Amino acid sequence: MKGISRRRFLAASVIGGAATTLTMSKKAMGAGTFEGYPEGMGVLVDLTRCVGCRSCEAACNKEQKLPEPAMPFDDPSVFDQTGHGGQKRRPDENAYTVVNRYDPPGANHPLFRKLQCNHCNEPACLTSCFVSAYTKTREGAVVYNEKVCVGCRNCMIACPFQIPAYSYSSAFDPVIKKCIFCYDTRLKYGKPPACVEACPQGVLTFGHRKELIKIGQDRIKARPDRYVDHIYGETEVGGTGWMYLSGVPFEQAGFDTTLGKEPIISNVKEFLSTVPMVLAIWPALFTGFHLLARKKGHADEDHSHESQEDEKS
Amino acid sequence: MDKKSTLKWLAWGMLIAGFFMASPLWGNAGEIPESLELQSLSELYEGVSFDHLLHMDMVGNCAACHHHGTGDPVEDENCARCHSYSKDTEVVSCGSCHPLEPFSPEYLREKEMDANRYHRDMPGLKAAYHQSCLGCHNEMGGPTGCQDCHPRTEAGDALFRAGAYAPESGAAAGHH
Ligand code: SF4
Ligand code: SF4
Repeated sequence: MKGISRRRFLAASVIGGAATTLTMSKKAMGAGTFEGYPEGMGVLVDLTRCVGCRSCEAACNKEQKLPEPAMPFDDPSVFDQTGHGGQKRRPDENAYTVVNRYDPPGANHPLFRKLQCNHCNEPACLTSCFVSAYTKTREGAVVYNEKVCVGCRNCMIACPFQIPAYSYSSAFDPVIKKCIFCYDTRLKYGKPPACVEACPQGVLTFGHRKELIKIGQDRIKARPDRYVDHIYGETEVGGTGWMYLSGVPFEQAGFDTTLGKEPIISNVKEFLSTVPMVLAIWPALFTGFHLLARKKGHADEDHSHESQEDEKS
Repeated sequence: MDKKSTLKWLAWGMLIAGFFMASPLWGNAGEIPESLELQSLSELYEGVSFDHLLHMDMVGNCAACHHHGTGDPVEDENCARCHSYSKDTEVVSCGSCHPLEPFSPEYLREKEMDANRYHRDMPGLKAAYHQSCLGCHNEMGGPTGCQDCHPRTEAGDALFRAGAYAPESGAAAGHH
């Protein structure tokens, strides 16, 4: 156990040290120029169609082998659940997607909205991660490598949609958990994610991101009485893979409409300057661990022995 | 054209004409199904016994559900832009247009290859049923609970962690 975590810290310190200096400058230069992979897939979420049945939540739970929920998925009382400060439910390490109910003023029926990772074109989680645990795949998914994650929680702070959740299941193996677009089991093979397949109402339309924008525009054009004239996610934070159509102003459905079109990368720079501690302390810590480890190894001045020891542990 | 090929064409003509005469024409009241067993989604839910006759009586206009091709005037303005004078179609069942798997790689590719296709945004069969049925039930005060139309199967209970599969600590507070 001790050996494993030490090896991981060693590896992380090497990658992390390089990543903080190299990738930050590279990424800062590329800000705002990347429009997503041409083949990137996405999902168009039509809020006017959602009936709050939570089939998507149940399907996600099964597909991702998530723990048993506290209540059955057909129990509507979850819609009245609130967390700290009256906050509605958020995706967490036990549920990569949740459906919330909103009651827009003047509407005669409630509105339901599914939350999950939006699979940004230029993911802030990815750019903020200094061990490069995140990848934006060609197919459009934002995935992460649990083996590399050191649990520093930079991505939790950087994500404009508060998506990555922190798994506390093991203090020695802290990892981030979030929706991965069913990448491993479905998207990789061209198949839609489990929630899309489960939805009875056609709320979720899976396809190439470019095609989805056209479809969204056409729906708005065909039924201007039904839709607000905006596709949320088409341009927000540099564009997201999951995009939304709504019949009410987006802020009434709990969307942050203050994010702007700039990818979060430029904001991350600000964030990093306001929280210089994160960047300053971690590499130092890692260097410390690294030196400690080396010192121990140096006791008998035998490098090969040290690495052998590491392999065994 | 020699005699032999003329005969061949005649035979083909008769065959085709015979086929059309024998096939169920929806304009003909006798051919309209009184009830339908909708089984395409019966894994998590039991099949739906759909009383077509009852719904025809209540709705009155075939086009309200079938868009066009039934002989009734087209109701949806958007469909009417092209289909006001469309001929009656041979088959008007939901599944004859709405695909069972609207997001399969094969179907997406097929749509992509067909650059001139207008119906690029056609709901799959499951979505078409639910949008049509639930949409109207909501407006008209019909049943809207999932299990009002189709009780869950055991596989459905297992997926929803309900019934015999309900979590034991139902009262335990979830993680916020
Ligand atoms: S929504 Fe958050 S977690 Fe998902 S890709 Fe964007 S920044 Fe990353
Ligand atoms: S399955 Fe579809 S209709 Fe049901 S809650 Fe999820 S998005 Fe809404």
